[in-house]
Amino acid sequence: MKVFSNLLLVVILVTMPIARAADIVGTVTYKGTPPAEIPLTQMEDNADCMAMHTNTPTTHHYVVGPNGEFGNVTVYLQGMDGKSTGASAAPAVLDQKGCLYNPTILAVQTGQKIIVKNSDDCIHNVHAIPKVAGNPEYNDPQQPGGADLTYSFPKPEMFLKFQCDVHPWMFAWVSVFDHPYFCVSGTDGKFTIKNVPPGKYTIVAAHRKAGTQTADVEVKDGNATVNFTFEAK
Amino acid sequence: MNANAPVKINRPLHWFAVATAVATFLLLGAGGLVTSHEAGMSVPDWPNSYGYNMFAFPISKWTGGIFYEHTHRLWASVVGLMTTVLAIWICVKDSRKWMKWLGVIAFLLVIAQGVLGGLRVTMKMDSLGIFHGVIAQTFFVLTCAIALFTSRFWIELAAKQKTFSVPRGLRNHVLFVTILIFLQLILGATMRHQHAGLAISDFPLAHEKIWPDTNPDAITRYNQERMEATNVNPITAFQVVLQMFHRIVALVIFAGVAAAVGLSVKRLGKKDSLTKLSIFWLALIILQIALGIATIWTNKAADVATAHVLVGALSLVTGALWCIIAFARAAKSPAAQNETFGAFGTFAANK
Repeated sequence: MKVFSNLLLVVILVTMPIARAADIVGTVTYKGTPPAEIPLTQMEDNADCMAMHTNTPTTHHYVVGPNGEFGNVTVYLQGMDGKSTGASAAPAVLDQKGCLYNPTILAVQTGQKIIVKNSDDCIHNVHAIPKVAGNPEYNDPQQPGGADLTYSFPKPEMFLKFQCDVHPWMFAWVSVFDHPYFCVSGTDGKFTIKNVPPGKYTIVAAHRKAGTQTADVEVKDGNATVNFTFEAK
Repeated sequence: MNANAPVKINRPLHWFAVATAVATFLLLGAGGLVTSHEAGMSVPDWPNSYGYNMFAFPISKWTGGIFYEHTHRLWASVVGLMTTVLAIWICVKDSRKWMKWLGVIAFLLVIAQGVLGGLRVTMKMDSLGIFHGVIAQTFFVLTCAIALFTSRFWIELAAKQKTFSVPRGLRNHVLFVTILIFLQLILGATMRHQHAGLAISDFPLAHEKIWPDTNPDAITRYNQERMEATNVNPITAFQVVLQMFHRIVALVIFAGVAAAVGLSVKRLGKKDSLTKLSIFWLALIILQIALGIATIWTNKAADVATAHVLVGALSLVTGALWCIIAFARAAKSPAAQNETFGAFGTFAANK
């Protein structure tokens, strides 16, 4: 009798539908010709910074591949606040290299550490300027070879600006979410939001210049796919 | 020292006052460059600089925005020192009691201005930058006024028994326009210390319209369309409206100064020193408007924007000195006995 009941339990467990987390994957595409990027001419007056470049760098507002692959788009699920695991998440890294921020678009959770490095041979100041009440403003010096700086923000905020006032062409934008369901599209335009529980969601693709798009998506068994297309204005 | 004795001309004191005013003007330029280069926060600590004593900060580290901010701090120290010497000199050598008070006020103002500049950095408050900019302009007017009050021109004016008066209507008109210029400078300082670059990047139209849209969709579109090459903040509807007011007030000031020239010619004659000063004032306003337009057309080039700040300061000082001289002349005129000038009449009368 006991063997029979154990066998029954195994059969039930194997056959019953199991609610498992899945990924939301997709591609962001830019249709048309993006606006021309601006040369960072102010850098030309700074020998230390120009020494790290062969040509004058440009802005990176639009990261668009040859086939319209749209990078640096922040993709996230809407209405998921209160689920942050930032305190235990691996730190995100923001590097200063060649007198430029790398990456220029970053996304983290509330409470997640952001480590800011200085890989240059010159002084930077790391100046974070939040607009949401409760997120502190920081402005710290960072000498060449100096210790990494660590920051975190308690409140959600889209596109919180990091800048260097020593080199005013240096800026990066960090989005802070109160949950782990977000990512930034790569240079191939692809994105993956991992471990999303089953359910129906609104997914948002946000770009500082191209704007915002939303789509509905349902996560059931297996990965769900959503693609976004931004069109030149 | 007899306070009622005639004031003697102290040429070294006068020229030191002039030097202090010139140093203050240069300091305004240095401060203007800091804001124009968005470098105000490039040295995150104060009164130290990157942990060094300000005066021992190695020149090799004066790179990028640090150069503008640090030289501004050093030059401010020079102006602070000069103002201290000037205040002591006035207190010791000038017999006029009100001049001693002016010296003390200048000393207190330069100290307050230095502390305000430091707090703007350590407290990370953009709004303090507005006060810092406005007090700088006020302090510049004060140093120029001290230079005027120690000059041969002023002391001889005060010694005259009577002089050709300036009609009350003309005096009040210039005073009104000068106050308007001061308000315009506050508007300008507010625009600059929003650190948002140009809220409107075209001229003579504004976002391709006579009056730009300021609804949320339009503001979003403006921010999306502009390709920032520096770390400026996103623009807001408030900033767009602020620039429109700045443009309108500029036109009103131009009309006011042009009217002042016309009235001066009519009431005082072409050869009067105040008429000549009003013509110089009009030239400054025309230059200032041209620089304002150039600021937009060059996408707020740092040198052009800073020149706009400096000519604005000169415009304010010119109006202020015009008023001071006109009210002093009025106090010395025969009709003064029938008018109330308060303390100002006392200044001019050298009592």
